[in-house]
Amino acid sequence: MLLHEFLEESARRYPNKEALVQKEERWTYRAIDEKANQVAHLLRDLGIQRGDRVAIFLDNSVEAVISLFGILKADAVFLMLSSLLKPAKLSYILNNCQVKMMISEERKLHAASEVFPSIPSLQSVISVGMEAPIFSEAPFQVLPWSEIDTLSSGSRSKLPTRNIDLDLATIIYTSGSTGNPKGVMLTHLNMISAATSITTYLGNVPEDIIINCLPLSFDYGLYQVLMTFKFGGTIVLEKSFTYPYEIIKKIVKERVTGFPGVPTIFAILLQMEDLKRFDLGCLRYVTNTAAALPVDHIQRLRKTFPQATLFSMYGLTECKRVSYLPPEELDRRPGSVGRGMPNEEVWIVDENGNRIDPGLAGELVVRGSNVMRGYWGDPEATDRVLRPGLFPGEKVLYTGDLFRMDEEGFLYFVGRKDDMIKTRGERVSPKEIEQCLCSLDGIAEAAAIGVPDDILGQAIKIFISSRDGFPLNEQDVLRHCKRNLEDFMLPKYIHFLKSLPKNANGKIDKQALKGLR
Amino acid sequence: MLIQDIIRKFINENFILDEEAHLKDEDSLLEKGVIDSTGVLELVAFIEEKYGITVKDEELTPENLDSIRNIAGFIWQKTKATSTQEVGQSVTP
Repeated sequence: MLLHEFLEESARRYPNKEALVQKEERWTYRAIDEKANQVAHLLRDLGIQRGDRVAIFLDNSVEAVISLFGILKADAVFLMLSSLLKPAKLSYILNNCQVKMMISEERKLHAASEVFPSIPSLQSVISVGMEAPIFSEAPFQVLPWSEIDTLSSGSRSKLPTRNIDLDLATIIYTSGSTGNPKGVMLTHLNMISAATSITTYLGNVPEDIIINCLPLSFDYGLYQVLMTFKFGGTIVLEKSFTYPYEIIKKIVKERVTGFPGVPTIFAILLQMEDLKRFDLGCLRYVTNTAAALPVDHIQRLRKTFPQATLFSMYGLTECKRVSYLPPEELDRRPGSVGRGMPNEEVWIVDENGNRIDPGLAGELVVRGSNVMRGYWGDPEATDRVLRPGLFPGEKVLYTGDLFRMDEEGFLYFVGRKDDMIKTRGERVSPKEIEQCLCSLDGIAEAAAIGVPDDILGQAIKIFISSRDGFPLNEQDVLRHCKRNLEDFMLPKYIHFLKSLPKNANGKIDKQALKGLR
Repeated sequence: MLIQDIIRKFINENFILDEEAHLKDEDSLLEKGVIDSTGVLELVAFIEEKYGITVKDEELTPENLDSIRNIAGFIWQKTKATSTQEVGQSVTP
């Protein structure tokens, strides 16, 4: 089976059912499937071949959803790029996987225009909107979205394909310890396996209506669409959680049954005093991942959504999801992220890779068809995390996350094996932040660490020493960070020191920094 | 100072990435990537304190908050509703 068959199968079974709702637009399964076929034809016409990488650089929208399925239907590999990406990282990613084509929109294309000359692999760009923007010196062709109706001879029929489920479906970039992002390669089989396990434990049915305000560039957001299309439900797609009140009204209006969120979203919701005014009885479940919810928030959330069951979950991009806590266990083990999901095995090892007893902390290992194929173009990094498994040729994932497991197999997060920071569910490389800080005139030394935070999991704290004669203030530093780093990498705390503490080798002593108040 | 200018100054000091980026009064703060959900809350805290008004949850909407013009109009409405404050009068709705 291939990933886009989620859409094709639902279009066959429920052609006229509402698949996607966005603002005032309502799309049926058949309409999305036909448009996706047109996109696939256009891609083929433009020379996209099996395995080519095609980037989607759009906000959450029906066009982004149609594009991802169209790309899969053309036997190509999609990349869902975050709107938050800054030029340097965008350029790195597009070059790293040799993107051949991009589907975007005028405003984003203009904002990113400075990076295009440095992407020689890019041959064509499709711009959502009526007309294609003009880039006078663009080394690639720019076509308007409307070409999918004309240039591809408008064919709405399915293209013949050659992919099998071992072929790549997507590459998702995630923070790497060297400071450069790593491309997590996921096959059709990986994603189908993860989606099947998750929809099994959530007990999804075709009557489910899911609201998604998480970005599709975040795998948690992307899977909401994939899973909904798998079980033939309806997805209510929102651009963001910026206006919480609008989301709540949408939940009531559309009779939403499933609400996926992260701790920051729930923290904002719980601040809304008049939430009780709304009849949220339609909600069947609420899911949380990215970081564990504070126990107090768990209790208040259950009061806010008394009819809904709350699923606490944990995962990483390399295998999508690792574990979930069955709702009935929440009272007994509020601090646990649960146990391995269906059709997946997890265990804890010591430094030599030997399984260890319950109660002891060690590295979490994951075995399952959901485990990625490796990092794009980086066999060394791949070999560090994918190591020999039970059978010849099999690989299991060493997560780098330290956990302990209780007697009944429930997992408790302890920390990271390396110095990567886990904030808002994203792994963040301290090196990437430090490189950014050191590029600011006047900064002599910089270090970033993670400190415990109720809502974020970890918050980012930076230490800086400035050069003589450069009177930098917090505002200067934050402004520089905002210009060069994605939002989730921004420091919450900024500390100025005369100089940073060093260890015997002359390296910055992060342990000493962690001890500073 | 006009409400628009006060809001623009606050946004510039707290959110804007590029000093050169020129934000028009009618530009959507969300579409332009200027503001996110935490940003909206910071903005609301600022206008509540600055203008002595209370923004209700249900007033957290793009119609009230998604551009400098909308924000100024919203503040003007709110202040007009409670009293005829000086600051309200200096705005052209």
